[in-house]
Amino acid sequence: MKSLTLRGWVTLIGLVVLALLPVFINRQLPLTILQQWPWLGGHFDFVTFLTGQEFYLVLATRLVILAIAAVSLNLILGYGRMISFGHAAYLGIGAYAVGIPAYYEIYNGFIHIGIAVVVSAAFAFLTGLVCLRTRGVNFIMITMAFSMMVFFAFVSIEEYGGDDGLVIEVRSEFGQWVNLENDTVLYYVCFVSLLGILYLIRRIVHSRFGMVIQGARGNEGRMQSLGFDTFRYRLVCYVIAGALCGYAGALLGNFTSFISPEMMDWTRSGELIFMVVLGGTSSLFGPVLGASLFILLEEILSGFWLYWQLIFGIFLILVVLFAKGGIDSWLGRRPER
Amino acid sequence: MMMSRLLKYFVLSLGLVATSAFADNVRIGFVTTLTTPAGAMGRDMVDAANIALDHIGHKMGGKAVEFIVEDDGFKPEIGKQKTDKLVKQDDVHFVTGFIWSHVLLASRKSALDGGKFLISANAGPSPLAGKLCHKNFFSSSWQNDQNPMATGEVLNKKGVKKLYIMSPNYAAGKNMVAGVERTFKGEIVGKDMTKWGKDMQLDFSAELAKAKVSGADAIFVFYPGPAGPAFIKQYDQAGLRGKIPLYTVFTVDALSLARLQKAKLGGVLGSWNTMFWAPDLDNATNKRFVADFKAKTGRYPTHYAAQSYDAIMLIKSGVDAVNGDTSNQDGIRAGMLKADFPSVRGKYRYGSNHFPIQNFYLRTVKEDANGDWFVSHVSTVLSDHQDSYHGQCKL
Amino acid sequence: MDWTLLTVQLLNGLQFGILLFLLASGLTLIFGIMDFVNLAHGSLYMVGAFFCATLTQWLDSFWLGLLLALPATAVVGILVELIVVRHLYERDHLDHVLATFGLILVFDTLTQMIWGPDGQVIPLPAWLDGQISLGDAIEVPTYRVAIILIGLAVAFGLFILVTQTRLGMQIRAGASNRKMVSALGVNIGLLFSIVFVIGAVLAGLAGMMIGPITEASIGMGNQIIIVAFVVIVIGGIGSIKGAFIAAILVGLIDIMGRSYLDVLFKMFMSAQNAETSAPAVSAMLIYILMAVILAVRPSGLFGPRGR
Repeated sequence: MKSLTLRGWVTLIGLVVLALLPVFINRQLPLTILQQWPWLGGHFDFVTFLTGQEFYLVLATRLVILAIAAVSLNLILGYGRMISFGHAAYLGIGAYAVGIPAYYEIYNGFIHIGIAVVVSAAFAFLTGLVCLRTRGVNFIMITMAFSMMVFFAFVSIEEYGGDDGLVIEVRSEFGQWVNLENDTVLYYVCFVSLLGILYLIRRIVHSRFGMVIQGARGNEGRMQSLGFDTFRYRLVCYVIAGALCGYAGALLGNFTSFISPEMMDWTRSGELIFMVVLGGTSSLFGPVLGASLFILLEEILSGFWLYWQLIFGIFLILVVLFAKGGIDSWLGRRPER
Repeated sequence: MMMSRLLKYFVLSLGLVATSAFADNVRIGFVTTLTTPAGAMGRDMVDAANIALDHIGHKMGGKAVEFIVEDDGFKPEIGKQKTDKLVKQDDVHFVTGFIWSHVLLASRKSALDGGKFLISANAGPSPLAGKLCHKNFFSSSWQNDQNPMATGEVLNKKGVKKLYIMSPNYAAGKNMVAGVERTFKGEIVGKDMTKWGKDMQLDFSAELAKAKVSGADAIFVFYPGPAGPAFIKQYDQAGLRGKIPLYTVFTVDALSLARLQKAKLGGVLGSWNTMFWAPDLDNATNKRFVADFKAKTGRYPTHYAAQSYDAIMLIKSGVDAVNGDTSNQDGIRAGMLKADFPSVRGKYRYGSNHFPIQNFYLRTVKEDANGDWFVSHVSTVLSDHQDSYHGQCKL
Repeated sequence: MDWTLLTVQLLNGLQFGILLFLLASGLTLIFGIMDFVNLAHGSLYMVGAFFCATLTQWLDSFWLGLLLALPATAVVGILVELIVVRHLYERDHLDHVLATFGLILVFDTLTQMIWGPDGQVIPLPAWLDGQISLGDAIEVPTYRVAIILIGLAVAFGLFILVTQTRLGMQIRAGASNRKMVSALGVNIGLLFSIVFVIGAVLAGLAGMMIGPITEASIGMGNQIIIVAFVVIVIGGIGSIKGAFIAAILVGLIDIMGRSYLDVLFKMFMSAQNAETSAPAVSAMLIYILMAVILAVRPSGLFGPRGR
C-alpha cells in the first residue's frame, strides 16, 4: 500500500473530523476516550468544551455547504481557468428554489432540489452561451453582470420579499427517514453531499472530458486542432458547475432558513473565489481546505475585534503575494503553471 | 508530532471563542449595526444600553448581567447568524437590539424557536405586530406604521392636499408609506422607493426633479441613518426649501443634525417631525438619561438610544418580577407585560401583540443654549395610540 | 410629455455620466496599459472624499480642501502601488481580483477606524449651494452644473495628455503593445507608476465631486466601482474615448430608468409592484446593455481588436 503524503493525511483527518463532529457534540463517549490520549488530555477539558455546543455544528454545516460551492467553482475556475465572478448567483438561485415553493407551501425536498439543479443548469447554459464567447477580463465582468441581473431580479420581486428576503418556515421534507429540522441530520446530508460531489468531480477530472477541459486551459488552439469543439466542452463544464452550486444553494437555503438577494452580491462571489484560491486551485480537496480556513478565520477574528476585516484583508493580500498555490502547496503539492 | 501540535492549536483557538455559557447570570445578547455607515446608530444604541446597565448597577433580580454585543453588518443574513450564535453558543436569555426590520424578520425564527425572549429596540415590522406575533416577542419602540400615521395627521392639520412620498425600498420603508397613507386624507401625487441596504442609493437627483414638477404641496420622506443628511442636503441644493415643505419620520435625529450643523444647513431649523419621545420630554427618567448620555458621549441621544435604554429597563422589570429565576419564562413575560418600569417616554402600556400603546408628539428642530441643534417636544399628536395590526395577532 | 422634467433629467444623467467617467477613465488606463484589474479603485474614490471632507472642515474652504486632497490621494495611490500593486503586474487576473478585494476590506476598515462610522459632510461655499436658472422653467442645482463643467475640463485635459504629449504617446503605445514599448527603452516601471497615480487622482477627484452631495461614507466606492467596470467593458478596455461615451450612456440610462420606468410599469402592473420593481429593473438595465454589447462585440465598443 502506498504510504500517505502530508496532503493525504490532512485530507483524511479533515474528512474524519467533519464526519465525527456531530458525535463529539452530541455524545460524551468518544471524548472521554480522546481525553486519555496523553498529548491532548493533560491540557484540555474536552468534555465540557464541545459537548452541547450546538453552535459548532451550525458553523460546520455552513462550512460544508460553502465547501460544496467552492468545489463546484473550482471545476471551472481551477480545472478550466474560467474565472467566474458570478458564482454566488447559483447559491441564490438554489436557495430561492427552496424558498419560493415553500412560500406556496410545497415542502417536498425532491422538488426543491430538482428545481434548484435544473434552473441553475438552465441559467448556466443560457449565460454560458454568451459568457464563453468572451475571454480574460471580459469573462470575469460578464459573469458578474449576469449575477447582478439575478440579484436585481430578486430585489424587484415584491412577492418574494424583494430586498428584505424571505423566511423559510419549514425546511425541505424528504419523507420520514430524513428530517432536516434536526440539525445533525441536516449536517450529515450536507456532508454526504460533499463526499458525493468530491467523488463526482474526481471522476469528471480524470475522464476524457476532464482531460479536454484541462487541455483547453493550457492551450485551446491545440485542443481545437485535435478536433475537439472546446466551446461545447467548456459549456458543459460550466453547466455542471452551475448545477452543483445550485444544489449547494438549496442546502444553504435549508440551513439558514432565510434567503435574500444579498446572498448573490458580487462580494459573495469574491469570497467563493478566495476560498478556492486559498485552498489551491485545480486540486480536488483544496477548496474544502480553503473554505474551512476561511470560515474559521472569519469566526475567530470577528469574535475578537470589531475591525477584524482589516486583518482578513491583509491576510488575503499576503496570500496572493506570497503563498502562490494556496494551502495545498504548503502541504507539498507542486504548483502548476 | 507536528500534526498533534497543529490540532492542539486548532482546538485551543476555537476554545477562545467559547464563553462562560453556564454561569448563573442574566445573559443579554444585543444585535445591532456597528460597521458600515449605519454603524453610528448601533454605537448610539450600545452607549445607551451601557448607561442603562450602569444605572442598574449591572444587576437584574439580584444577579449579574452579562451583555454581549454583536455586529449585523447591516445584512439580514449576518444578523441571523449572530442571533444563532447568541442563542446556541452564548445561550443568552434575551436577544435584543435590531435597528433594521429586515434583519429582525430574518432573525426572529432563530431566537424564538431557540426559546429565547426577543425584544426589538427599534425595528417594528408589521408582520411581527400581526400574524407573526409571538408570546416571547416584545417591542420597546413602536410599530413602523405608527409614527408616520402621526405625521399624516399633522399633514391634514397643516392643510396639505397633495403629497409626494420618498422612502427606501425595504420592510420598514413599505410600512412607513402604508402608515402615512392610512391617515393622510389628500392625494398622493408621486412615490419613489429607492434602493436600500449596505449599498443604498444616496444620490436623489432624478427623484427630486420628479418631486419638483409633481405639483405637490409637501414631501414626506423616511430616510433613516446615513441617508438622512444626504437627502436633506440635496433637498436644499435642489431649491425645494421654501417651495415644497418637507415632513420626515426617523430622518432628522441627533445623528443627522450633528452632520447637518457641520454642513451649515440652517434650513432644517424649525422643521417639523413626529416621534414618541424627545430629548427634552419632561420626566425624571428622561432627564437623567439625557444628561448622563450627553456627559458620557458628548452627543444628544437619538431615539435609537432612548429605545435601547428602555429595552434594558424592560428586561430588568421582567427579571426582577421573578427574582432572577431566568427559567421562569411565564413570570418574566408577565412582568414585562406590565411595562412597570421608569421609561424615558413616561408611562406606557402593552397591547395584546406586545407593542407599546403610547403617545406620539410633534417635534421641531431648535438650537440649545450651547448652540447645538436638537429636536424639541412641541405638542401631542396622537394619545395612547395602538398599532393597526394588533387585531391580526392571536395572542 | 413634460419637457422641463426631461431636460432636467438629461442634465442629471449627464452629471452622473461625467462622474462615472472620472472613475472609469483611470480604471481603463490602468487596465489597458498594465492589464491590471483594480477592484480597489473604488477605495481611492472613497479616500479622496474623506480627505476632502476633513481638509474642508479644517480649512473652512471647499476649494482649498479639494486642492490639497488631490495630492494626498496621490500619495495613497503611490503607497498602494509600491506596496501591493507593483508586485502583481506579472500575475494573472485572478490574483489581481483577490489582492484588490483584500485592499477594499483594508481601506473600508481603516476608514472606519480613523473617521468612525459617521458620514463626513463636505460643506460647500454658498454660491455653489444654490440653483441656476436655465431658461424660464428650468432650475438646476449649481453644484451639479459645476460637476459637469469640471468633469468636461478633466476629460479635455486627459484627451490632450493622451493624444498630444510624449507621456500620452507612451501610454497609447503601452495600451496596444506593451512588450514593444519596453523594447524601445521606455522605463516601463515608471510609466506604470505614473499611470496608476493618475488613475488614483482621477478616482479621488470623482469622490471629492460626489462628496458634497452624498457625504463621504464608508464603502461608498463598492457599488459604483462595479458600474465603472461595466462602463469600461462597454467602452472597450484601454479606450478613453470609449470610456467617455459609455459613461454618458450608462449615466443617462440609469437616471432615465429611475425617472420614467415606474410610469411605464404602471401601465401593465399594480402601482405597488411597479414602485418596487422599477428601481431594481432600472439598475439591471446597464448590465443587460453590457451583456448585449459583449455578445455582439466581445471587446466592447472601442476596444482593441484581437486582445
